[in-house]
Amino acid sequence: MSDAYVAQEMIAARPRPNEVRKADWTFARLLGSLSILCWIAAGIGLVVFLITSYDQSQIDKYAPRYFDGFLTTMKLVALSVSIGAVLSLPIAFGRMSSNKIVRNLSFGYIYFFRGTPLLAQLFLFYYGFGSFRHFWQDLNLWWFFRDAWSIALLSFSLNTAAYQAEILRGAIMNVPKGQHEGAASLGLPPMVTFFKIILPQALIVALRPYGNEIILMIKGSAVVSIVTIFDLMGHTRRAFSQTLDYQTYLYAAIFYLLVVEIMRRLWDLLEHRLTRHLRR
Amino acid sequence: MELLSLLSYGSEGWGDEILASIGVTISLALATLPFGLLLGFLLALGINSRESSLQISAKIFTTIFRGLPELLTLFIVYYGAQILGNFLFQTVFGTTIEINSFVAGMVALGFVFSAYASEVFLSAFKGINQGQYEGSAALGLSRFQTMRLVIIPQLIKLALPGLSNLWLILLKETSLVSVIGLADVVRITGVAARVEKEPFLFFSLACLIYLALTFLSSAGLERIEKNARRGEVRS
Repeated sequence: MSDAYVAQEMIAARPRPNEVRKADWTFARLLGSLSILCWIAAGIGLVVFLITSYDQSQIDKYAPRYFDGFLTTMKLVALSVSIGAVLSLPIAFGRMSSNKIVRNLSFGYIYFFRGTPLLAQLFLFYYGFGSFRHFWQDLNLWWFFRDAWSIALLSFSLNTAAYQAEILRGAIMNVPKGQHEGAASLGLPPMVTFFKIILPQALIVALRPYGNEIILMIKGSAVVSIVTIFDLMGHTRRAFSQTLDYQTYLYAAIFYLLVVEIMRRLWDLLEHRLTRHLRR
Repeated sequence: MELLSLLSYGSEGWGDEILASIGVTISLALATLPFGLLLGFLLALGINSRESSLQISAKIFTTIFRGLPELLTLFIVYYGAQILGNFLFQTVFGTTIEINSFVAGMVALGFVFSAYASEVFLSAFKGINQGQYEGSAALGLSRFQTMRLVIIPQLIKLALPGLSNLWLILLKETSLVSVIGLADVVRITGVAARVEKEPFLFFSLACLIYLALTFLSSAGLERIEKNARRGEVRS
């Protein structure tokens, strides 16, 4: 037996090569420092601008309105997201139904609401449906279609229902088939299977997209200001048209950023808590 | 029939105006796209960079423009540019300047688009194996060459589904520019609805136009995605 392949003598380990010393000022570092400086300058500029143009009487006048607008925005988002969540259940089921007509109908619904801008939908509902005054009066529904608030709520709910239906469908399809089979083999009725086994698992998957959808709704709700609803954006636009002061928009921006950031953090906490059994 | 004559092409109908407005909507979206893509790619590079200052400033940018409502961003850019431009022109030339609503819309939508696109690029970067960089380094490619010849061709394939989604969102968001007076689909149909007192007709038409645009672009994007996947083994 030959042992020619065995090394005859041990080769000593070599020291690690010297690390290539990085230049102190790389292009990236220069660019990064410059951009940070730009942000700091922008931040200082913002603060200085807001302080120098500070006017107590304006603040007194507009702060309660902004707060009121903020409440309107939150109310609109909370209501439409909840109504949309309820509506999305049948739509998501329709989309997964074995009946071709039902499937196509819900597909059409989702396609329409996801394929057109929220602004166009809002105009269609508010001005378009509002033009059939006599029809609604005959149905005794004119009070509903006359009111900008209820129409905004309606179109937002229908819009978010389409998006939520897609989220829900994706999440339900994501639940492994064995879960259905296991529940069936235990003899559980379909309703129990769905609400106790499928839905809880699907909702965990859907948590993140749901959070994104709520944030999109908070941002998207700004368009209601165009149909004369005084949400945060609506009060901002009115304040701007009355004072022609640019800081009205800056305050609104700070407000919206805070709301969205807080919402995002809260949702992260919620997700962290609800998925604690999945972590190792 | 009377309703249809409102849509006819010519001085009586709104057909020609609406067609032109479709052109405005599409050109705004198309003009925003390269700007937003480039900025989004640079932002993703910044967030991926080892330089913490670059990371932080890119993250500040994306946080701001993902947190602000698009409508508010539009107003801030439009009026802000107006005020700043006027101030600069006043001091330098002594005249005022009119900010184009098309450019304002392009910048505002481009900022928002790039903030979201950076997320898509980031997750696409994660899909590229470390070995690709090591292999390129072993071949002696420079960093720029690595990016251009090795990473970007793979990155595009990974980022395409996310980017197509963003394109559809962008197409719908262009409708907001109607608020600052650009003659896009929503603006023109709104004017027509008010003049002819047929809001239902014109706003349904606006919705149908957007549906058609969405349909056409998703068909086109599907072909592009298929084309990008042509090197893969068919399963």
